[in-house]
Amino acid sequence: MVDQPAQPARRHSNIRPGRIVAWTVLFLGGVVMMTPLLFMFSTSLKSAGQVYDLKLIPTDPSFANYIKVLSDGRFSRWFLNSVGIATIVTLSCLFFDSLVAYTLAKFRFPGRQVVFLAILSTLMIPTEMLVIPWYLMASKLGWVDTYWGIMFPGLITAFGVFLMKQFFETVPDDFLEAARIDGLNEFAIWWKVALPLVTPALSALAIFTFLGNWTAFFWPLIVTTDSALYTLPVGLSSFAVEQSIQWELIMTGASLATIPTLMIFLFFQRYIVRGVMLAGVKG
Amino acid sequence: MARIELDKISKRYGNIATVHGIDLTIEDGEFVVLVGPSGCGKSTTLRMIAGLEAISGGTLRIGGEVVNNHEPKHRNIAMVFQNYAIYPHLTVAQNIGFGLYTSKLSKAEKQARIGETAKMLGLEPYLERRPAALSGGQRQRVAIGRAMVRDPVAFLFDEPLSNLDAQLRGQMRLEIKQLHQRLRSTIVFVTHDQVEAMSLADRIVVMREGRILQVGAPMELYNRPVDIFTARFIGTPEMNMIDATVTNAGFDAGPNNPALRLTSLPARTDAGRAVVLGIRPQELTLLTDGQDDFPIRIEGKVRVAEPQGPETFVLVDLPTGHIVARAPAAAILRPGDSVAFGAHPDSLRIFDKASERLVA
Repeated sequence: MVDQPAQPARRHSNIRPGRIVAWTVLFLGGVVMMTPLLFMFSTSLKSAGQVYDLKLIPTDPSFANYIKVLSDGRFSRWFLNSVGIATIVTLSCLFFDSLVAYTLAKFRFPGRQVVFLAILSTLMIPTEMLVIPWYLMASKLGWVDTYWGIMFPGLITAFGVFLMKQFFETVPDDFLEAARIDGLNEFAIWWKVALPLVTPALSALAIFTFLGNWTAFFWPLIVTTDSALYTLPVGLSSFAVEQSIQWELIMTGASLATIPTLMIFLFFQRYIVRGVMLAGVKG
Repeated sequence: MARIELDKISKRYGNIATVHGIDLTIEDGEFVVLVGPSGCGKSTTLRMIAGLEAISGGTLRIGGEVVNNHEPKHRNIAMVFQNYAIYPHLTVAQNIGFGLYTSKLSKAEKQARIGETAKMLGLEPYLERRPAALSGGQRQRVAIGRAMVRDPVAFLFDEPLSNLDAQLRGQMRLEIKQLHQRLRSTIVFVTHDQVEAMSLADRIVVMREGRILQVGAPMELYNRPVDIFTARFIGTPEMNMIDATVTNAGFDAGPNNPALRLTSLPARTDAGRAVVLGIRPQELTLLTDGQDDFPIRIEGKVRVAEPQGPETFVLVDLPTGHIVARAPAAAILRPGDSVAFGAHPDSLRIFDKASERLVA
């Protein structure tokens, strides 16, 4: 942490004990995190008979499971369902969360604080409690077994509003006033001036939302019965109940399912880190 | 170009008034500077002219038209902000072009206007750069360019130079003044820096606590400040203030100040009145030993001498209080030295102690 200019030689010649401890802890943490993933991938390369011999490196690795899963029409259907739902929900969140957040951050109107607190307070209610009212609502409105039914609870999120509001508050009012004088209407000020100034936050929110919806299991499971509407996690879990548990196929599907998240993470990595950091600092 | 008329303009936030019905007419093409300490209402006044703050009372006319309820975009004014308010995600050309957002010019005409403006401000080589790659002065020029590009009826500047370092501030001040001389546009400029006000303005408006204290040309304010506040606010170092009582033979600065000779001055008719005497450091003359040819004489001991190059300012301790005086650069003044300064009676400004207003 603090540099010690009085002992510059020590830093070069010796590795401090603190470093060793830190590396050891990080290494162990890395192993703990990676093992399930490696096992998942390893299992996906095994045949059904080899699943229960717990070797990390399969004796006879093959991509047969991948061919099987990918040629099964259901998997690609679920995959596309997940991509479509996660994309639409993410775009919706980016638009509506930031619009609400901007209004709360930059306009003074009666009840502003109350509205914000009401939105925030929904963060304190666990999903498990919300699922029943959501389901009742969905069933009354005929949304069960529809894509809309899967998506509607997530189209605007309190977390996103909160995150974006913190960022919009850092945008100087002068920017908005200058645009107002230049003749932009309020929507254009938000769209052309305010939003481009908070792109790091938008990226972070996009990643959080996409990942959250990509892995969502509980609600999609409850609101769908038609397997054609399943998202990937729900679909994969059905491998476990329909016939005997086909671990090698589940693991193959799961391996494939990590690809988009991995791509998004690698692509937006710096924004994720910044987003988490800022959410932490500001929250 | 247009004339801006403020008729009893006031601003209230709930029950708290921050601007108390000010009257001011800014002539077409005039450069007016609103100056005062923070919280004096100068920025609020400017923002009411811009339309960024609602006007609580009074009438605002721009070019003869009442614009109280016009939105900013319908007032055709341009504003330059303290932090420039140029957009980091746009290039210089796009930033300048933002000023033409509502204009109905064709794309080619817009490009031409942007080019012209950039040329005038020396920004041509930077048109494709983003603000992050510009210096503070260049950013400020971009902000001015965005204001200029659409040919507004008036420019409003809200402390545009206070984020710049001292050297750059002087340079930009000069540029803004030259720009005004070239464009002859109406400019309302807000600052808390009296040097900026003095060097830029055709007329200065001194404000305090939401009221206008004095309006006048810079030298008028410097020479004939209407009250103690303005007298101290305009000019550096600030004017010396000495409490005194009017006597038949001049003024009496009290028994504790025998070092202050204020007698044999022109006779006055208001003997006994409590006054404050103002005298500028530049109006005091360092006396050599034995020299005594000024009606006013002040003696004291040097506390600090601050050489400025062409002159030296000296902080002189009197038996009670102290004054600041200008001495020639060549004078050798060490702390503790006894010094005497002389002044002419007509350099004295006499303020009533109770009302703080100029008496004569």
